[in-house]
Amino acid sequence: MDVDVIFKIAGLGILISVLNIILKQADKEAQMLTLAGVVVVLIVVVQLINELFNVVRSVFHLF
Amino acid sequence: MEIMNIVGFALVVTVFAVLLREGRPEMALLLALGFGILVFILVLGKMGTIINLFRDLTRSARVDELYLTTLLKILGIAYIAEFGAQICRDAGEGTIASKVEMAGKVLILLLALPIFAAVLEVVVRLLP
Repeated sequence: MDVDVIFKIAGLGILISVLNIILKQADKEAQMLTLAGVVVVLIVVVQLINELFNVVRSVFHLF
Repeated sequence: MEIMNIVGFALVVTVFAVLLREGRPEMALLLALGFGILVFILVLGKMGTIINLFRDLTRSARVDELYLTTLLKILGIAYIAEFGAQICRDAGEGTIASKVEMAGKVLILLLALPIFAAVLEVVVRLLP
């Protein structure tokens, strides 16, 4: 139950929203920031999904 | 006991998800997805022992191995399809979720075909 992955994702999410608020105050619209945040978190989650499919394949002999 | 820390951890993640939901809804979805996968991996790890018991039982009862492997495959497909459909429905995408479920049903039906054939064959042999 590796806890750090979840806190990494949560931390990234909060960081992105805080940065967005800061940029809004400096009235600069940061679309790229949201995109970058989502991409980074997606990379982490895709690795998790890969690990999940390997576990399922080994447990259920699916493929 | 694992259930204690799973539930505790789930509450923490829920708080994070709610915190993220109004600012960044997609992050909340990814967070929920990440947590779901972690619990899934933990539970599936424990599922292995159950499956080994079933394998030993079928081997001792001299039942054909085909039935157990097919059953396990169907179980695996059902788990994955339900997991994906639930995540999609959580994000509000009902149509994608129903498509995933339909695909799961078709694949399970496909896997069950040989067993239907075997059952029919037994029934026909029984008839006078």
